[in-house]
This record gives sequence, C-alpha cells and structure tokens, in this order.
Amino acid sequence: MNDKKPRILKISILRFDPHDPDDFPHMETFEIEESDGMTLFIALNEIREHHDNSLKFDFVCRAGICGSCSMLVNGKPTLACRTLTAKLGENISLAPLPLFELIGDLSIYTGKWMRYLNEHLETWIHDKEEELKFDNLEEKMEPELADEIYELDRCVECGCCVAGCGTIQMKPSFVGAVGLNKIARYHLDPRDKRTDEEYYELIGNEDGVFGCMTLLGCEDVCPKDLPLQSKIAYLRRMMIKASMN
Amino acid sequence: MKVIYTDVLIIGGGLAGLRVATGVKERGHDAVVLTLVPPKRSHSAAAQGGMQASLANSKMGEGDNEDVHFSDTIKGSDWGADQVVARMFTHCAPKAIRELAHWGVPWTRVKRGDREAVINAKKVTITEKDEAHGLITARDFGGTKKWRTCYTSDGTGHSMLYAMDNKAHEDKVEIHERLEALSLIHEDGRCYGAIARNLMSGELVAYVSKATTVATGGYGRIYSVSTNAIICQGMGQALALESGVATLGNMEAIQFHPTAIVPVGILTTEGCRGDGGLLLDKDGYRFMPDYEPDKKELASRDVVSRRMTEHIRKGKGVKSRYGDHLWLDITILGREHIEKNLREVKEICENFLGIDPAVDWIPVRPTQHYSMGGIRTKYTGESQTLKGLYSCGEAACWDLHGFNRLGGNSVSETVVSGMLVAEYISDFLESSDSDMSIHSKKVEFFLNKEQKKLDNLLNKENGEDAYVLRRRMEEIMMEKVGIFRNGKDLKEAVDELEELLKRSANIEVFRSKSRAANPALVNAYRTQKMLKIALTCALGAYLREESRGAHSREDFPSRDDENWLKRTITSWPDENQTLPHVSYEAVDISSMEMPPGFRGYGKDLTRHHPITKVMQDKVDKIRQTMEAEGKNRFEIQDALMPYKDKLPKKYQGTNARFGENV
Repeated sequence: MNDKKPRILKISILRFDPHDPDDFPHMETFEIEESDGMTLFIALNEIREHHDNSLKFDFVCRAGICGSCSMLVNGKPTLACRTLTAKLGENISLAPLPLFELIGDLSIYTGKWMRYLNEHLETWIHDKEEELKFDNLEEKMEPELADEIYELDRCVECGCCVAGCGTIQMKPSFVGAVGLNKIARYHLDPRDKRTDEEYYELIGNEDGVFGCMTLLGCEDVCPKDLPLQSKIAYLRRMMIKASMN
Repeated sequence: MKVIYTDVLIIGGGLAGLRVATGVKERGHDAVVLTLVPPKRSHSAAAQGGMQASLANSKMGEGDNEDVHFSDTIKGSDWGADQVVARMFTHCAPKAIRELAHWGVPWTRVKRGDREAVINAKKVTITEKDEAHGLITARDFGGTKKWRTCYTSDGTGHSMLYAMDNKAHEDKVEIHERLEALSLIHEDGRCYGAIARNLMSGELVAYVSKATTVATGGYGRIYSVSTNAIICQGMGQALALESGVATLGNMEAIQFHPTAIVPVGILTTEGCRGDGGLLLDKDGYRFMPDYEPDKKELASRDVVSRRMTEHIRKGKGVKSRYGDHLWLDITILGREHIEKNLREVKEICENFLGIDPAVDWIPVRPTQHYSMGGIRTKYTGESQTLKGLYSCGEAACWDLHGFNRLGGNSVSETVVSGMLVAEYISDFLESSDSDMSIHSKKVEFFLNKEQKKLDNLLNKENGEDAYVLRRRMEEIMMEKVGIFRNGKDLKEAVDELEELLKRSANIEVFRSKSRAANPALVNAYRTQKMLKIALTCALGAYLREESRGAHSREDFPSRDDENWLKRTITSWPDENQTLPHVSYEAVDISSMEMPPGFRGYGKDLTRHHPITKVMQDKVDKIRQTMEAEGKNRFEIQDALMPYKDKLPKKYQGTNARFGENV
C-alpha cells in the first residue's frame, strides 16, 4: 500500500434539529483523517463516534442495496454508503436531500413519501382472478420479459431522482421518475391486469407523465442506472394513445 | 400515556414480518407493523443469491423434491434441526415461491434449449426442455444435491421484499415506521404487546395486542465485521430475553459466510460459487478440491469457511493491511453472465473495491453472516414459555437450521414461516385463549419503567462511553467466539463480556441530550441489550463441548450426539443477574425420520448415540418393506414421521411438480 501521508478531509455538514426550538440550519465542518477505502459511511460514523454523537444520518445495508443513505454530496444526490472519499476532494459538503421531510441533519423521512406514492399509484399486481392456487405450477413467463421487469424492479426508492427533478421543485405533487418507473414496470408485467385506460387515470395528467419537463436530472443521478428517460418517453406515447381511444 | 390497540403487533418489517401481517389481515385480523426503517430497506433486501424451493423445473434440478430438500437441510444442520419443522418448511417452500410469483416477483426463468454453464471449472452445455420454458429456474448453491436455488438475478431478496411490501400496501397493513420496541408488556406468562419509542420524536407508545410477533432478524452486529445490515443488532432477541420469561435457543450457532469482501465485509453471494466461481490462494491455486474433493467450493458454508481459515493459517493467504484474505475468481464465468446474473456483485466490486470482477479477482474472507439461534419457539412460532409471543424468520429458532443453515434457506424461511405463523396466530385469535385481561396500570408500569431507563441514561454523569463498551464487545466476539473456538478463549470472552455488562449499567449519554431523535441515546440502550445477547452466545459456546455445524471447538473436534444432541436454552429471569441462565432441551432421535449420520465432509469424528443405530435400522426396515409393497414416497414419509396434521389445512395439499406429477 502507499506510504503517503493520509489526507485530512474537511467535511462540512448542513445541520439542523427541527425538534430543538433554539436550533437553526447551519454548516458545521469536521476534520478527519482519511483511511484506505474510506466511504462516506465510514467517515460519518467516525464523526459520530469521535466528534459529535448527536449527528443524525441514515444507513442500513451500507452496501448500496437498500437506498437509505441518499444525500447531497457536493450538491449532487447520491448514495453516501458507496461513495469513496478517494473520489472526492479534501473539502466535502453534505446536505440532506431536499423535498423530503427532515428528521434532523442528514436524516430524512423518505419512507413516508414513498409509501404515499405507492398507495397513490397502487404499485401492486392487480389481478381480479379468483384466489391463487399455490399447489399448482406457476404461470409461465418469457425469460426475456422476466429480465426486463427485473430491470425496472431494481429501483431502491432512494429518492435521488426526486431530489434531482426540476419538475417537483415547482410542483410537489408530481410523482417523479420513481413513480413513473413503477408504472412502466407494472405496465410491462402481464400479471397486472390493469388496462391502459386505468393507467391513464393514474398518470395521464400534470402530476404524472405529462408533468415531466424532460430535464432528466433523474436519469443523471439514478444510482441504479435505471433507463428512466426511455421509460418516461414510452409511457408518454402509451398515455397519448390511451387518451385518443 | 399513548396506547394503541391492535389484534397483532408485528415487530420488524422485513419479509417475515410483512408475510405475517398480510396473512393475519387476510384472515380478518388487524395488524400493526413496527419498523426501524421503511420496510423496503429491511435487511431482507440484501439477500442476493436466491430462495430454495424444490420446483425441479430446470435440467439440473430434475429429480428434486421435498424429500431431497429435507435431507439436504437436515445434513446441513448437522442434525441439530427440528425435523418436523424442516418437513413443514420444505413442503411449503414451493407454495411460498408460487405465491410470490403471483404477487409480482419476476423470478428468472428457464429458457429452452442449450446454454453454457461452468461446473467444476469446466464449460459445459446444459439443455433445457421445451416444456419447462418460462417456468422458474434455479442455480446451484452449497450443500445441496440439486440445483434448487430460485433467483431474480442476484437481487432475489430485493425483488421478494418489494413484492411483499407492495402486497402489504394492497392489504392496507398499517406500518408504523421508525418505531423501536423497547420491552414486552407481559403478565403471568402472557404477552400483551410492547412499549415502543418513536425514533423521530422520542415519544413512548404502549402497543397493546392479543398477539405479538418478533420478526427482527439476526444479531450479527455483535461482531465487529458482519455482512449484516447495521440494524441487525439482536434487539428482537433482547426483547424476549429481557422479559425474563421467554427463552432463546442455540444462540451460539453463528454462521460465517465464506465470501465477504475485505475489509468492509459486504457479501458477495454464494451464487458466485454456485454459478462456477472458484476460491484461490495467494499463488492463484485452487485449494478447495484438496480439502473437499467431492463438493469443493460448494461444500456447506460452515465447511468452506473453516477450510479457508485453515488454508490461511498455513500461510497461504494473501497479505493485506487488513489481515490475510483469499481470492474469489468469477472471471471464468464471463462478462455477459456477470452483468446479467451477478450484477449486484459487480456493482459492489466497482463501488467498494474499484475492481471489475469480469477481469479481476475479488478479495474475500469468511465473515459473520447469519444467526441460526434466536427466540425459541414451538413449530407454531409461539414462544415455549411466554404465551401470545410469536417469532419467525431469522429472529426465531423454531429450529429449521440447527447448527448450520444452507444458503438459500433463509429468505425461503422468512416467507414460509411468515405464512404459517400467520395462520397459527389467526387460530389463536379466533379462540378464547386470546382473551385479554390486563389492567391499564400494568401497561403504564412497563411504560414508566422504560421512561426511567431513558432518563437514567440521559441524566447520568461521569459514566461509561457506550461506544467503548460496544467496540470491545465486537472485538471479543470476533477474536474469541469466531469460526474456530476453544475453551480458554471462550472463558475469557464470557468473563470479559460479563464485566462489560456490569459497566454498561453505568453508561452515560455524552453531550447529545435530546429526548427526540438522538443516535447517542439509541446507541446507549442498544449497547446494554447487545451485551446480554453476546453473553448468551459466548456462554452457550463455552459450555457446548463438541463441534457441530458452525460451532467448531478445537478442543472438542467431534460431534458428540451422546452428550450434546440438544439445544442450548438461555433466559434472563432476574434483571440483576450478570450471566444468562442456561438449560438444555433434548433433540429426540427416536422421533426422527432421518437419524443422525455423517455429513460427508472431512473425517467422520462423530460420537454417535447408541440409539442412532437402532433407529436407523428401524427406518431402513420400514422404508424397505414399504417400497417392496409399492408404497409411494409420501406414504413412506408419513409412516416414518407424520407432520401434515400440524400444517394449517390450506397448506396441506400436494405440490405440483414438473416431471413428477405434471
């Protein structure tokens, strides 16, 4: 390994405790020594353990899988746990994702937002058929189609696309790329028996696919590299078609 | 005092908890799920490689069925598992996977015709049948006779959890997020819910319920390096333990996964080896065939982890500043395969190691991964000693895994145990057994007790730093209660952990005094609880003078069925005691369908119980006679160890299987 002296990172964090009436949003800078392979997960835990144990942030899997730790790193929404400090300069700024309810410091209430979205868009398989017969063989599905559905199913609801979305800044009721991608996913799935007209009811409006201004910040920041641009375009065509019927 | 009433309180919003919630909802009962994080962020999402279910759709799964899955599971458990539970489980796994397919999991499918695969470092062609095209496919995993692990690329847990949570949305399951259960409400051996703390506002809430289910996963984070999510701290087991009434089973049974990346301990799935990946040493030499000529890299997890450690001890590890490691080589699988079927692994390698696994070898070493032990329950998921308390998934020990879990059996267990326990709970709720009589004063007593504990932590001065105690505990567990164990180290571990526990009574929350969201306060009370969990594990390991599955004692290398075919039961009846109470529960050979035998790894050092031979002869004779009479496998199984009557009626049906009865 290299014998170079480790860097001293200056990590500036936007801090605010909404439960403390005397507190106000302010930046606080912590200096820590960089270690080999250090991620922001490691760095933030070091700050909490050795500098300020009241620092609030959200990590769960710390492996880039669960989507908990999205935040603004140098102004850009991303997953903190898999961000190596080596890829950043010595001065790092961290702030909570905008638009979501703030719990404190870098901790945000994405769960509430996403739950509302899922309930609103009814992101589950709609099948009015009789009860499932689980003793029988499963229904067949074309292997390529299963792969395609999984591709869209890989969304981790981290909220980066929401934070990167220009439309939501002006129109908070917009469902965002996360919502539209979910609809694209169910639309693709033959197990979901909803018709195009039913989908139109859900997203054929300004809060849905016609609200998107096509700035596509969502696609730039998606940590799972989901094909958001092409799916939004596809849905828009489908919904225009549905509206003409 | 804020009180919320519900029929079923479910603590934990991962796969197991959500499956219980939807199950009781469908039977018409109310459910509230308490969860530390949004359910979709639960550790279930991290399960990569797959779910075992004997569908037998793919070519390499031909001939698979419940019997083979059962036998693999029992062998894997080193005969520690409850065989009735294992039967119930293997019977229901195909139903659970088909249910999940119906709810939207896009399982990877069989594709007709030829495909290339890597088996034992050689490229082979596998030809899938036309008729199987489009059914759920499976990959190979360690310790299994057939390719049985069904998967969605390597995001299996993610796709299952999303489908399950979406189903919970559809069923309008109430989810209370960022709520942490601190203690169980109970009286006269009956559980009535839990006191919970809102992690955002700090408010304490009493949840009063007829049935309470703990589905909080494992306790891997008592170790300093673990593949587990950071919330897997054993808080569910601690809830049960601190009730003083409920018991824990086999807490010393800890699994180490062979291939977590170095140094951060993030998992790379067993699917890497299942799909043909190899383990190499510092010379690029493939060493596993030397140790396990038969199963090689695909021996059971405990075996591979031990062999890797042995090989490193011989000086064959790759030196690094984080200690020695070995290599996992999946380059042989080719870029296309990796980018399709191992894409999470690829992302992890890119993001955390800066390497491309299609070109570079992955630095790996065995790392804490799974808790076989947990809240001891009956096959119904109900605590053996605290009525109305249920547990399932990794949090529980109903005891499917014994002393070693097979890869692919954990996510499978979450949904199977969830669907079964939901039925047993519903039966309980529909009987007069579930009638409640607890005074609100008693509920208040439990709430006040928790409030007082929090006040103490916040008001303490000149006390201990929780981080210091916790880091020391993690180190002790890692160094002295690890893959290979011995009496001397374990004794030291128990003594020092007991000392840490005593000190933890004096923890002070420095600086951060907020009663609302306060990570320092959370760390303080969790550290106290984790120390108790660590003690159950270390003491159980110290007392168990044999080697069984993942519990490997260098000073007692034999599996000793004569003296140790039994479960370790720990409890904490008096909150002032500083060591857990330990007792044992016999595992009865005379009721086994599959009497103890040799697992087939290394030399057979087993000290058999005298009754084993008698039972084996009996089983063989019944089998021979019935086979001669032309009886089918179901009839023979039923004669050996009936279990179907224990299953809820709706799950008793025979599974349709491609190539068997379809």
